[in-house]
Amino acid sequence: MIARLVDGVPKRALILLGLLMAAMLVAPLLVDPYILSVLVIILYFAYTGQAWNVMMGFAGQLSLGHALYVGLGGYTAAALYVHFGIGPWAGVWVAIAISMAFGLGIGFLAFRFGIGGVYFALLTIAFAEFTRIGFDHFDWVNGSGGLFLPVEQYSVNDLPNLRGSPTMFYYILLALTAGAFLLCRWLLTGRIGYYWLAIREEPEAAQTLGINVFRYKMIAVAISAGMTALSGVFFAFYYNNLFPEQIFNISRSIELILGPIIGGVGSLFGPILGAFVLTVLAETVTEVMHALGYEIPGIKQVFYGICLLVVIIYLPHGIWPPLRKRLGLEQKP
Amino acid sequence: MPAELIANVALQGILTGLVYGLMALGLSVIFGVVRVVNFAHGEMMTIASYAAIVAFGAWNIDPLVAMVPIAVILFALGYVMQAVLINPFVNRPEHSQFILLAAVAIIMVNALLMVFGPDARSVLVDYSLDSVEIGPLLVDKVRVITAVLALAIAAGLFAFFRLTRTGRAIRACADNYLGALVVGLNVRRLYALTFGIGSACVGAAGAMMVLLIDTTPSIGPAFTLQAFVIVIVGGLGSMPGALLGGILIGLSEAMSGLFFAPSAKSMFAVALLILVLLFRPQGLLGRKA
Amino acid sequence: MTKLTRRQFAAGTVAGAALFAGSGPFNIVRAQGAKLRIGSIHPRSGYQAQLGLACQRGIDIAPRVLKQLGMGADIEIMSADTESNVDVARSRAEKLINDGANVLIGAFDSGQSAAIAQVAEQKGVPYIINVAAAPQITEQGYKFVFRNFPTAPMLVGDGLNLMKGVFEKSGITPKTAVFMHVNDTFGQSMAGAIKAMAPRFNLPFQIVETIAYDPQAKDLSVEIAKAKATGAEMLMPVTRLNDAILMVREMVKQRWEPKIVMSPGAPGFYEGQFYKTLGKFSNGMITNVPWYNPRSQLTQKLLDEFTKTYKNEMFELNVGFSFEAVMVAADAFNRAKSTDGKALADAIRQTRIENHVMAGGTLQFNEKGQNVNIKSVTLQNLDQRPKVVLPLDIAEDNLLLPLPSWSKR
Repeated sequence: MIARLVDGVPKRALILLGLLMAAMLVAPLLVDPYILSVLVIILYFAYTGQAWNVMMGFAGQLSLGHALYVGLGGYTAAALYVHFGIGPWAGVWVAIAISMAFGLGIGFLAFRFGIGGVYFALLTIAFAEFTRIGFDHFDWVNGSGGLFLPVEQYSVNDLPNLRGSPTMFYYILLALTAGAFLLCRWLLTGRIGYYWLAIREEPEAAQTLGINVFRYKMIAVAISAGMTALSGVFFAFYYNNLFPEQIFNISRSIELILGPIIGGVGSLFGPILGAFVLTVLAETVTEVMHALGYEIPGIKQVFYGICLLVVIIYLPHGIWPPLRKRLGLEQKP
Repeated sequence: MPAELIANVALQGILTGLVYGLMALGLSVIFGVVRVVNFAHGEMMTIASYAAIVAFGAWNIDPLVAMVPIAVILFALGYVMQAVLINPFVNRPEHSQFILLAAVAIIMVNALLMVFGPDARSVLVDYSLDSVEIGPLLVDKVRVITAVLALAIAAGLFAFFRLTRTGRAIRACADNYLGALVVGLNVRRLYALTFGIGSACVGAAGAMMVLLIDTTPSIGPAFTLQAFVIVIVGGLGSMPGALLGGILIGLSEAMSGLFFAPSAKSMFAVALLILVLLFRPQGLLGRKA
Repeated sequence: MTKLTRRQFAAGTVAGAALFAGSGPFNIVRAQGAKLRIGSIHPRSGYQAQLGLACQRGIDIAPRVLKQLGMGADIEIMSADTESNVDVARSRAEKLINDGANVLIGAFDSGQSAAIAQVAEQKGVPYIINVAAAPQITEQGYKFVFRNFPTAPMLVGDGLNLMKGVFEKSGITPKTAVFMHVNDTFGQSMAGAIKAMAPRFNLPFQIVETIAYDPQAKDLSVEIAKAKATGAEMLMPVTRLNDAILMVREMVKQRWEPKIVMSPGAPGFYEGQFYKTLGKFSNGMITNVPWYNPRSQLTQKLLDEFTKTYKNEMFELNVGFSFEAVMVAADAFNRAKSTDGKALADAIRQTRIENHVMAGGTLQFNEKGQNVNIKSVTLQNLDQRPKVVLPLDIAEDNLLLPLPSWSKR
């Protein structure tokens, strides 16, 4: 089983990956707290982008409403903690279950009725919006007033209750991102990965080959929703407050998928690279504008938009596939 | 609940819905032909609204007059966008198209923010706050005027697509892309023309909108979403569908606001959208894909 | 009722300036050579940009005004934009502290403020909240977080109390009211507080209908039609800015003329944009809200500087509270004589500023870091600007009730 993960991967790629992992492991010892907070954001987007990639990149189902699963996961774990004192490590399972149930519900409705493409994408937005407004009126979690988690002392890292320093959260996220990477590699190299490939590229042919298209699409949605729920739990315990207006917002959904699209949809390393590039770009632009004395609100986002435009026009498959080729990291057949 | 209240609210909902319908019409025309979902639709409307505000502020031109040149400007913007940016993307996967237009939307919103600042702007003409009494009903004059204009523009557009050569050619390439290529139509130019026409619609709607609501740079995405809801309910690609969708959404928001919590009224619109997607994904007046 | 004329105003200002030039309001010992770096963090882009920028203006002019007052600590303002987004707020706060900010001030929005508070607490850097009303922020047990702004329950308590004063003064006591509120974080905190506190206040009117509306509402025609149909004598709105404009415009269109329109403590009616957009229809609206004390000489000083710097902007409470936050920081720095976070926080905890901008008692913080001495006033829009009408000792004009009909405004 382990052999399957590294099978066909060039040695160079393994070494580079190992070096990157080692660098990430020691990073908190070397960088200042600000860089650490940026790294947390990068890993957060890398992980969530990977989760989205399962649905879009692997199974070809475009979701523009992934904020739904982030929000459901975050709210579930936070509400259990606030109302019943149930710790996040127990709550996370409930969060995953609820997110998966929602994902399966949406998937069932959509795939049963043969909704695909643009229509499916718009359906995912619709469900996210529906849930956002619903949570605005959900008194048990304080509606639009927002759900606040109790914040105690920060001096001690209390892992069982996910209370502690940014460094602790950093390592949790690093583990999640690495775990998601391995899980996705495992999925892609297994039978399910080939089925997904078939469904994504040639849905009709997949059907005639006897692949249960409905079933494998549903599995992709469930895995993706469940993984995304975890990032919601993380969000809730890292930021300690949740507002439906923000966590379920459509702009959130878009933010989450920019990374994998820029990095390279369907590739394993794309979401990670995309998150790095976009976050570093955003921070750099802010700094440069600041240094140049351009304090005009909006200028940074305009620049950001132009960069996105350039990448999507000139690198249609994202940054990673051409870079991978350049570095000679292409997988052997 | 008094009947006049219900009738009044329903009428307001329908009138507002028609203007929304005109905005959504642009989106529907574009998708029907080019098969690209314009994720920058609401943002383009915001640009039109700011143009109307500038025209009023600088030269005191009534937005209903400024509407004509603004529609022309938006036509040009749409034409250029399609010709330069979108044409190479017509055969790319949906997520690529999505990011392309989302990036355009981000640039538009923030460029407006840079130029005009974050303050809400509006245009106050001397009839802005007038109301007309129709029997027991009290109807907002601006809404009546804009709804009538929206209908007129939609009718003009129908006529264009049914009666003119160019209009028929555009419909031909929507119906059969390969066929259109075979008979020698310049599909790229027709696509650009279509995107221009769709943008002109949204330009007209944007100019009218300044009489109904206040404009801020960040209002665009909400309108993009609203336009989606409307066209999907009516039928993506169907022109009468967009108007019907507008009316239905306007009406459902008004009625749910009246009978339930107004803060949840857009939930009903989204619920309508979900129902339509599940049971009639091509929309109420759409043709089966 | 004393009406303050322009001449009296001017005289007061001159006297005030003389006073400040003479002794200065505080016993200031200048911290030698050290420089206080204040990180100002507000939503300057995104959907809250409008109000974030208003806060920023109050911060930007503060060092100059403080210098004129002889409180001239050497202050450097470092500014950051939260983009109206919680994660950005958090990482910008980290960045400011990393770049050497000794104190943080912000952030207008409760969610962003809560995120910044965590960073500040972790890093041991004092954080002064200038505007944000969610009560939870100062209930979380923080040691480095201070808030010079009322919580939602404080706002509502003052707001309801002042309502009684308005009824008494005008002799008009409504029996029924409609409560309309925006359904966002702020609106819901306010609605919750009103629901919990109204019974204790023995209000003369009954709330016949509560109408919550979407913060992104593009028009409020249904909401106003519904409110009008109740026939209530008073409208009690909790708005932000754009929806306040929509609300009034729709009231004019639907010719709804309640006797009183009085907000229990929300933005909207007193903002520059409101007057610019609605002109004469802005007149008459009442807001019970913390406000600058027009009789305070310090206010006049600040107002002068503000109008000199920003000709087209309005001076309102966001500016006042933001200025006061800088003043608190500068004052603490002068006493602590150090930029150490712990020393500054201890000094802020000892803050006792009698002479300040906003109406209310001594500017000081309780053990939770909350200033509980802020007092709301009753503002009424008269001559297309907000004027203090109650309490009488700082009133600028007379209360005008019942409201004239729309055609007579």
